Amino acid sequence: MSQHRYMPQTAEDIEKMLDRCGAASVDDLLADIPAELRMKAPYDLPPEHSEIEVRRFFKRLRDNNEPLVCFAGAGCYDKYTPAVIPSLMSRSEFLTAYTPYQPEISQGTLQYIFEYQSMMCSLTGLDVCNASMYDGATATAEAMMMCVAAARKRNRVLIAETVSPVVRQVVATYARYHKVQLDTVPQTAAGVTDREALSRMLAEGEPVAGVIVASPNYWGILEDFTGLADEVHGAKALLVMNCHAADLAVVRTPADWGADIAVGEAQSLGMPMNYGGPGLGYMCCTKALMRKMPGRIVGATTDAEGRRCFVLTLQAREQHIRREKATSNICSNQGIMTLWAAMYLSVMGEKGLREAAELGYAGAHTLAEQIVETGTAELAYPESPFLNEFVVRLKYAAADDVLLMAQAHGILAGVKVDEDKLLIAVTEMRTQDEIDDLVSIFSFFTEETA
Amino acid sequence: MNREVYGKLIFECSQPGRRAVKLPVNTYGKALESLPVNLLRHAGPDLPEVDEPGLVRHYNNLSTNNFGVDTGFYPLGSCTMKYNPKINEEIAADPVTGGLHPAQPFETVQGALEAYHTLQEFLSEIGGMSEFTLNPYAGAHGELTGLMVIHAYHDANGDTARDKVIVPDSAHGTNPASANVAGYKIVEVKSLPDGTVDVDDLRSKLDNTVAAMMMTNPNTVGMFEKNIPEIARLVHEVGGLMYYDGANLNPMLGVSRPGDMGFDVMHVNLHKSFSTPHGGGGPGSGPVGVRKGLEKFLPNPRVYWNEEHDQYEVTCADADALGRISSWLGNFAVEMRALAYILTLGAEGLAQAGPMATLNANYIKDSLKDLYKLPVPGRCKHEFVFDGLADKSTGVTTLNVAKRLLDFGFHAPTIYFPLLFHESLMIEPTETETRETLDRFIEVMRQIAREAAETPEVVLNAPLTTPIAHPDDTQAALTPKVKYADLQD
Amino acid sequence: MIKYLPSHEYVRVDGNYGYIGISPYAAKQLGNIVYVDMPEVDDEVEAGEDFGAIESVKAASDLFAPVSGTVVEVNEKLADNPGLVGQDPMENWIIKVEMSNPGDLEKLLTPEQYEELCANEEH
Repeated sequence: MSQHRYMPQTAEDIEKMLDRCGAASVDDLLADIPAELRMKAPYDLPPEHSEIEVRRFFKRLRDNNEPLVCFAGAGCYDKYTPAVIPSLMSRSEFLTAYTPYQPEISQGTLQYIFEYQSMMCSLTGLDVCNASMYDGATATAEAMMMCVAAARKRNRVLIAETVSPVVRQVVATYARYHKVQLDTVPQTAAGVTDREALSRMLAEGEPVAGVIVASPNYWGILEDFTGLADEVHGAKALLVMNCHAADLAVVRTPADWGADIAVGEAQSLGMPMNYGGPGLGYMCCTKALMRKMPGRIVGATTDAEGRRCFVLTLQAREQHIRREKATSNICSNQGIMTLWAAMYLSVMGEKGLREAAELGYAGAHTLAEQIVETGTAELAYPESPFLNEFVVRLKYAAADDVLLMAQAHGILAGVKVDEDKLLIAVTEMRTQDEIDDLVSIFSFFTEETA
Repeated sequence: MNREVYGKLIFECSQPGRRAVKLPVNTYGKALESLPVNLLRHAGPDLPEVDEPGLVRHYNNLSTNNFGVDTGFYPLGSCTMKYNPKINEEIAADPVTGGLHPAQPFETVQGALEAYHTLQEFLSEIGGMSEFTLNPYAGAHGELTGLMVIHAYHDANGDTARDKVIVPDSAHGTNPASANVAGYKIVEVKSLPDGTVDVDDLRSKLDNTVAAMMMTNPNTVGMFEKNIPEIARLVHEVGGLMYYDGANLNPMLGVSRPGDMGFDVMHVNLHKSFSTPHGGGGPGSGPVGVRKGLEKFLPNPRVYWNEEHDQYEVTCADADALGRISSWLGNFAVEMRALAYILTLGAEGLAQAGPMATLNANYIKDSLKDLYKLPVPGRCKHEFVFDGLADKSTGVTTLNVAKRLLDFGFHAPTIYFPLLFHESLMIEPTETETRETLDRFIEVMRQIAREAAETPEVVLNAPLTTPIAHPDDTQAALTPKVKYADLQD
Repeated sequence: MIKYLPSHEYVRVDGNYGYIGISPYAAKQLGNIVYVDMPEVDDEVEAGEDFGAIESVKAASDLFAPVSGTVVEVNEKLADNPGLVGQDPMENWIIKVEMSNPGDLEKLLTPEQYEELCANEEH
C-alpha cells in the first residue's frame, strides 16, 4: 500500500493501532461485512494524480471553455467581485468549519451570519432573515410550503406567470410531491401579472394560502403591486415576493409592498456565475411568521459573564429536532456564501450598490434605445418600466441567428425566450464599447438580410 | 483574544461617509430617477459605511474567532470532517469557470460539461449505480430528490397507492423530514440492542403501501447493517425501493458499494466523503444516483453526451423526469472540488480512505471503552457512539464532556444523537488524522473522565478558556434578536 | 371535571366550555417554554387533531385537542409570557373552546388513568 499524502498512518502506525484494537489486520475490522457485499475488483477510476497532473487535467478542461462577454441574465448575472472578498473567503477558519453547533468556538461563523441576516432585513425591509436557502428557486418553493404550513388547512398557492420559468418549474416540482395545488396567474400583453385574473382566482375555487409574484419579473419589468397586499391579505393568504438581492438596494422593498415573505437569488451580490453555482438563496419574513420559517437562524444573547454573543436559535423548528413534523428538511444550506453576501454589502454600502444598479440601469436603457434605433428589433413590452434587463423582439431574424453571430464575436447576446425574442441584461461590468459591439450585431439583421 | 476587535459587529465599525468601493463613472447620461417613483425605494438600506482596510481587518479578526478542520481535530460524528485539500480550492476559484454563464451555448462550455459528466461517471462507479445527477445542493436536498425519483417511478407504474416511507428510529433527522416534504407518511422501524434494524419489526410493517425504505449503512451507531441483503429482498418483495442515505458512505470507500448492497437510489454528500469544505454550514452538494432502469426519472436539467453532435449537451426535454429541483446544475464549484479530490486519491487512494477511517474510529473506541459507556460493543466502522461516561455517579453529562473538550483545543463530537441513547456522544475521526492527534484526543478524554470523578466542578463549569462561555439559549429563543436593529431596541 | 389525552393535553370542563392546556408532567418534560403557537378565536378544533404547538429551547411539540369545538378565547398572556405554562400549567390554559361534541370526553383518560400513564413513561 503506498502512502497517500492525505492519509498519514504509516505501516508502523497501523500495526500499533491494530494491536490496540486486538485485530490482526485492517481487514479484520471489516470482517462483519458479508463477503458477497465486499468489492471484488478495484474501482474503475483513474490512478492517483500528482498535483501537477490535477492542474493539467483542469487546464485542459478550462481550455475547452470559452468565456463570453455576458449580456445574459435570467437569474444569473455577471457582477463585479471586489478583490477583498475572495481573499477573505479563503480564510480556512471560516471555510473548514461546520455548522456552528458549538457557539463557544464558532463566534466567527455565528457573527457573520448575524451580520448577513441584518443586512438582508435592511434590503427587504422585513423583520427576520434565515441563515440561507440553496438558491432562489428552492427558496421560493420553501416559501410556498411555508404558506401552506402557516395556513394549516389551506393547500392552494398561486404563482404569477411572470416569475422566472426556472423558479416556477422548481416550485411546481415541490408542489407536485408535497401535494400543493399550484395555479398560475396569467400575464397581460404588457408582460405583467394580470390583476383581474388574480382577483378572480383568489375569489373562486379552493381557498388560497399564498400568492407568489416577482419584481423585477422574469422580463426585467418592475411590476406595480399597488393594492395587491391588501387584496391577498383580504383573502387570508400570504404574499410572497421573489426579488434578486442586488436590485433591492434601489427598488421598492417587499416590506413596502406589504409582502409577508421575500425570497430570491442573491448571486447578484457579486458572486461569480460559476456555471450556475454556488449562488445563495435568501429568505426573509415578518416577525409573525418567524417560527414558521425553515432553516437556521442566528440570534444574539449574552453569556454567563454578560458578554454579547451569538447562537443558533429557534432550533426547535428544525428537522434534527422536529423530524417529520418540520416544515422543511433543509440542513446544510449555502453557509459561507452568506459571508460573501455580508462582505459584499459592506464593501459596496448603500452608495456602491446604488451606483452599480444605476450603471446597469443606464447601460441597459442605452442598449435598448440603440437596438431599437437600428430598426431591426423592438422592445417586447415598450410600456413597462425595466431596471437592467429587457426583452427585444427581432423583426427580421431568429433569436438563434443573433446569438450565433454574437458568439462568433465573443459575445453572449442574451437568453432566448422565444423564437424571435431575446432577454438581455446589462450590469456594471459592461462597457459602452461592448454595448456598441452588440448593437452592431443587431444592425446586421435588417429587412434586406432576412 | 482581543475582545475590543472581536466584539464588534461590522455595523459598529461604520462611520458616515466612509467607503470601500470605487465604480466606473456613469457616462451613459441616464439615472434611476427616470423610473416611476412608486417603484423605487424611498430610503436606502441601512448598511455599514466602512473603509477597505478596516473591513479586511474586521473579517480577518472574525475568522480567528472560529474553529475549523484546519484549526484542529474535529471528530463530529456523521459529519465526516476530513481534511479539505488546498488544490481543490485553487481549482474551484478558477476565474475562467467563474465567468461562465449557465445559459452559454454548449460548444462554449465543453470543459465544464465534461467535468460534470466525468464526476457523474466517477460517482456511479463508486456507488455501484447506473447514473448520477449532481443537481441537488445538499444531502437533505439529495434525499428529497431521491424520494421524488421513487415517487415518479411508482407513478409511472400506475402504482399510486404507496404513501409510506420506512425509516429506522436511528436515522438522521433529515430522513423523516425529507419523506414528509416529498409527501410521504413516515413509518418508524425499531432497532435491535446492537443498533441494527429489527428485521422482524420491519417485516410486520411491510405491505404494498410502502414506497421506499431509507437507510444509512453503516448506520448512525457506526455498525454495518449485515442483514441488508435480507432487508432489501423484503422491501423489494412488496414492491418498495431501497434508498441509501450517503451521509455515512466514507467507510464504504474501497469496501462495499451501495448498489451491490441492494439499494436502488442513493445520494452522496460531496462535503463529507469527498472532502469539500463545510463552510460553516454550506454550500454542500448532494448528488443522487440510481440503478439501471430508473435513470429517466432523474431531474432536469441533465448533462449527456450527444453522439450525433459529438459534444456534451444539457437537456430539459425528458418527460419522465421527476421535474426540476435546482435553478441550474447545482453547486458547480463544489462539484469541481470533489472531482479534483477523486483524481488526487485515485482508485487506490480512495480504496484506502474507508478502511483507514474505520481503523482510526476503532482505535479511539478501544482506547476509551473502559471509561466511557459503549452501548453497542464490537467493531465499528467510521464512527461509534458512547452513552456518556461509564461512571454514572459523577453527575457529569455528555454536554459537559463536550464543552470540556473545547478547553483542550478539540471540537466536540456530535452529542445527543442518535436518539437511541440518553447521553449519545458520537465520534468520527476520519482517515486524515495522525496517530499522534488521536493519541492526544484519547489522553484528553481519559483526563476528562478522571476529572469527572475527582474534580467534577471543573467539567461541569466547562468551557473555561473559550472567548465566550455558557450562552443563554433561553433568552435567545424567548426574545429573539435576529438582526442589528433588534439590538438597539 | 378534568380529563386528559395520552399526548399530555388536558381539558377542564366548565359547562359547555372546555379549557385546554398541557399537563404539569408535560410542562416539566419540556423545560423552559419559549413559545406557544395558538389558533385564532373562531377557529374550529377537532378532537385528536393538532391545534397549535409549544416550544422549549430544545424541543417542539404539537398540541392536540382533547375535544372538538370552536375557539372562543386564547390565553393572550402566553404571547408575551409563554413561561407561565411552565410555572402553572393548570392555571395557564392555552385555549378555551365551546365544545361541539360532549361525547368526546368519554374517550379521554381520567386523572387516575393519566397518572398511571405518566408513571409508566418515567421508566
